[in-house]
Amino acid sequence: MSGSASGRADDTRLFKYGLIAPATFVMVLVAVFPLIYLIVVSFQRISLSDDITSFSGLVNYARIFSDARLWDAVLHTLLITVIALPIELVLGMLLGYHFLPDRPFKRLLVALLIIPSVISPMVAGSMWRLMFDDRYGPINQIISWFAGERISILWTINIAWAYPAIIITDVWQWTPFMFIILMAALANVDQELLDAAAIDGASGWRTFLEVTLPAIRPVMMIALLIRGLDLIRLFDSVWQLTRGGPGSATETISIYAYIRGFQEFDTSYIAAVVVVLAILFSVGLVVVLKRMAIAR
Amino acid sequence: MSAVAPHRRLRKTGWYIASAAIVVAFLFPVYWIFAVSLKTPREIFKFPPAWYPATPQFNNFLVLFRDGDVWSIWNSFVLASTSTVVAMILGIMCAYSIVRFKTGGENLAIWIISQRLLPPIAIVFPIFLIYSKLGLTDTYQGLILLYTAFALPYVIWLMRGYIQEVPMALEESALVDGASRWQILWFVVIPVTRNGIFATAVFAFIFSWNEFLFALVLTRTEVITFPVQVSQYFGAQSTFWAKISAMSVLGTLPIFFAVAAFQRYLVRGITLGAVKG
Repeated sequence: MSGSASGRADDTRLFKYGLIAPATFVMVLVAVFPLIYLIVVSFQRISLSDDITSFSGLVNYARIFSDARLWDAVLHTLLITVIALPIELVLGMLLGYHFLPDRPFKRLLVALLIIPSVISPMVAGSMWRLMFDDRYGPINQIISWFAGERISILWTINIAWAYPAIIITDVWQWTPFMFIILMAALANVDQELLDAAAIDGASGWRTFLEVTLPAIRPVMMIALLIRGLDLIRLFDSVWQLTRGGPGSATETISIYAYIRGFQEFDTSYIAAVVVVLAILFSVGLVVVLKRMAIAR
Repeated sequence: MSAVAPHRRLRKTGWYIASAAIVVAFLFPVYWIFAVSLKTPREIFKFPPAWYPATPQFNNFLVLFRDGDVWSIWNSFVLASTSTVVAMILGIMCAYSIVRFKTGGENLAIWIISQRLLPPIAIVFPIFLIYSKLGLTDTYQGLILLYTAFALPYVIWLMRGYIQEVPMALEESALVDGASRWQILWFVVIPVTRNGIFATAVFAFIFSWNEFLFALVLTRTEVITFPVQVSQYFGAQSTFWAKISAMSVLGTLPIFFAVAAFQRYLVRGITLGAVKG
C-alpha cells in the first residue's frame, strides 16, 4: 500500500522534472554556456592576425578605458534612448486616450495602427531609408511643399539629420506598441474613481495625475522596461538606415560591437568589451527593477 | 435635447476624421514601399517622386524569382516554423510543470524571463566561435537551435498565463477518472488552451521571422534569411530599390495575415502576457 503511494510520488517527481528538462537544457546550451565561453575568450588574444588562445591576462580589459569609439557608441545609444522613449510614451498615451471610447470600426483602426510594431525592424529600416532618400523619397518632397522651395536634406548621410532619422524610424515603429499597452491599461482604470474625481470638481489634468497615473503605473513601467531594453540593443533599423555612419557617428553599442568583432575581427578585445558592458547592463537593470518594485 | 444631438454627431465625425488621419500617417511608409514595389524602374527614379504607380506591374517580384532571391523567404519559413514547433512543444511541457507542480519555484520562472532580457550581442560572439568550430554556421540546424532557445522564454511565459486559467477542477476530475498525467496534459490542458497556443505560436513565429543579427552573422549562402537578403541590397555603390521594396513586401505579407487572424490576442502577445487585453 505505502509502496504504491511512494511509487506514485516518484512518478510525479519524474514527470514534473522530465517536463522542464528539455526546455531548460536548450536554454542553458544557448545562453549560459556561451556566456562562460565569452569570458574565456576575453582573456585570450584572438584577432584577425593572432589566434593566441593562451591566457593573456587583462590586456584586453586595459584597452577598454582608452577606447573613445566605444564610449561614443555608448553615448549614442543612450542619446537615442532618452529621446525616443519619452516621445513614444507621450504619443502612445495620447493615442491611447484618443482610441479609448468604444465606437464602430475602432477594432479595425487599432489593428491597422499596430502594423508598424509587428513588421521586421529590418523592413522598417528599409522603408524609412526609401522615405528619407534625398531625391526619390517623399519626405523631402513634402517638406519642400511646406517650405515653398526645393529642400534637399541628406537624412542618412548628414550627421545632424541622421539622428532625427533614426529616432523618427524608432518612434514610428514602436509608438503603436506603447499605444496598445497604454490603451489597455487606461481601459482598466476604475470608472467609479474617475466619476468621483469629476464630481469633486477635479480638473482633467489633476484627475490624470492623481487617479489615472497611479492606476496605470505598473503596466506603464513594464512597457517602458520592454522598450528601454530594446533601445539599448538597437541594431537592425540603424544598420539599414546608416550602417553606423557617417564614419562611426551613429554607431550604437550593438553596431560598434558587430563592426569591430566581425568586420575588423578584434575578437578577444570585443569579448572583453561585451563582458564589461554586460556587467554594467546587469547592474543597471537590477537597480531599475528594484526601483520598479518599490514604486509598485 | 435637439440642440445636443448635432453637437454629438459633430464630435463623432471629428473623432473619425482624426482617427483616419492618424492611421494614414502611420501607414504611409507601408503604402510607400508597396507602391515602389509595383513601379517600373524608370518610375522609381522619377523626380519629383510619383505618388502612385501609374501602371502597376509585378516585374520586380518576377526578378526576385528569376534571380533566386526568394529562396531567402523559404529559408526564413523553414527556420521560423521548425523552431516555433519545437519551442511550443518544449515550452508547453515546461510551463505546465511550472504551473501545476511549482517546479523550480519562483527562481526558475525568474531565470527563464531573464533569458529574454539578455542583449543578443552578448552571446553572438561566443556562438559564432563555437559554431565555426562545430561546422554549424550556415546550416538550418544551427539557427533552429538558436531560434528555439530565443522563443522558449517567451513561449513558457505566455503559456504559463494561459495554463493558469485552466480550472483545477477539470484536471482533478480527469485524474479521478484514472487519466495519467500525460493524458491530462494532452487531452485536457492542450485542448482547453488551444487559442492561446495558436496565438503564442504566431508570435514566436514572427520573432524568428524578423530576427536579423544572428542570421547576419551565421549565414553565408545556404540558409540566408529574408532580413539578411534585404540588408544586402544596400550596397556601397548602388541601392537596389526595386528589390528592396519587392522583397520587403514579400517578407511582410505573412505577418499581415498573422496579425489579421490573431488580432484578439495581440495585446497579450506583445506584452509577454503583462496585459490581458
